[in-house]
Amino acid sequence: MNISISINGETVTRDVEPRTLLVHFIRDTPGLTGTHWGCDTSNCGACTVLMDGRALKSCTALAAMCEGHEIATVESLERDGELDPLQQGFHECHALQCGFCTPGMLMAARGLLDVNPDPTEEEIRVAISGNLCRCTGYKNIVAAVRWAAEHQEVAP
Amino acid sequence: MQTPAPFDYERATSLDGAIAALKAHEDARIVAGGHSLLPMMKLRLAQPSRLIDINDLTELEYIREEGDEVAIGALTRHVELLESELLAERFPLFRDAERVIADPTVRNRGTIGGSLCQADAAEDLSAVCAALKATVVMRGESGTRTVNMREFHLGPWMTAVGEGEIVTEIRLRVRPGHGSAHEKLERRAGDWAIAAASAALWLDGDTIADAGVALSAVGLTTIDLTRAEDLLRGARPGEELFAQVAAIAAEDCSPAADGRGDVAYKRHLAGVLTTRALRKATARALT
Repeated sequence: MNISISINGETVTRDVEPRTLLVHFIRDTPGLTGTHWGCDTSNCGACTVLMDGRALKSCTALAAMCEGHEIATVESLERDGELDPLQQGFHECHALQCGFCTPGMLMAARGLLDVNPDPTEEEIRVAISGNLCRCTGYKNIVAAVRWAAEHQEVAP
Repeated sequence: MQTPAPFDYERATSLDGAIAALKAHEDARIVAGGHSLLPMMKLRLAQPSRLIDINDLTELEYIREEGDEVAIGALTRHVELLESELLAERFPLFRDAERVIADPTVRNRGTIGGSLCQADAAEDLSAVCAALKATVVMRGESGTRTVNMREFHLGPWMTAVGEGEIVTEIRLRVRPGHGSAHEKLERRAGDWAIAAASAALWLDGDTIADAGVALSAVGLTTIDLTRAEDLLRGARPGEELFAQVAAIAAEDCSPAADGRGDVAYKRHLAGVLTTRALRKATARALT
């Protein structure tokens, strides 16, 4: 079936089987491999993207179900060479080790900051509780999200 | 790579259309949040011939007061149930449960209708709705019918939903003197419960006019503690009574040993969590 999905503001169209998962659609068609494909069981959260501004595990959604919705992947965070405050925060706070969970962590955190720009440490921990870091570096990730909250710049 | 077996897909544009599609295709299944069904399809535990996607039927997404009832549309997502001030005010155990159902990302998608229709004994909202003695509304070709939550689950992964029927709404009766709580123990954030208990009380002065108690994850289906409810009804809430109820909870559940714990431990937990839920429900009813 022919599917059109808006990914990072661009409409991507492809003929796919109904069983195609969103994570594969994103990675295969526009080649946006920033969205990581991890456990495939909606546990690890490495594949987290935003759908209409809300975090979604893209391994547990059919591409067909996302037609007509706005998908944002980790590639949407950087704008004109400027890192998102979250990306900068991960850099400042050394919030990534192997980096595998990072795209999912960033998108889950983006989903949080968009509705709660000044979250407490506890709120951050809850927001990323569906994302596993196999290096167990949660402390720095939480610090990085706080850093981003304190350095949110107003978009020009 | 885990991918479901091939199936046909269609997006419903109306409730009647979805019902007609269910009727027209053998082994068709409704998909809403998909966070239980899609993992089962990946594992070939479910292999529907066709998925009918009802995510566009936003008329099934609501929480509203209607007379002396609160009505919840089947497509209402966990995040809405968690954030609803009306539900928190009327039935506080909903927020208790929603805080510990999966994780926020999953809660953005999963729905109450899907949760109940999954008929998974370890699922929390089934115990919540059983304790509240909710009514499940279903619609099919020939109209609407209702089933009490206590009769909705026929067995593990089996419900009273008939062929060509869709769950459209959950109804909860608002009665005075209410307090309720849901207590769950999990190994780590977002995991299935080791055990969970839902308790609902309706007080008349200092006496329990009615009670609902149900357990998750300690049997093949949600366990309705009817024997405990009989004991609670007409009694005054207190530690001695709760200890008796806890003993019934431990006795009347039928947990299986697994990686989350052995049978004795889970029976013990059923009692402890029931007591905690009753204590909290009482405190809430009195404030």
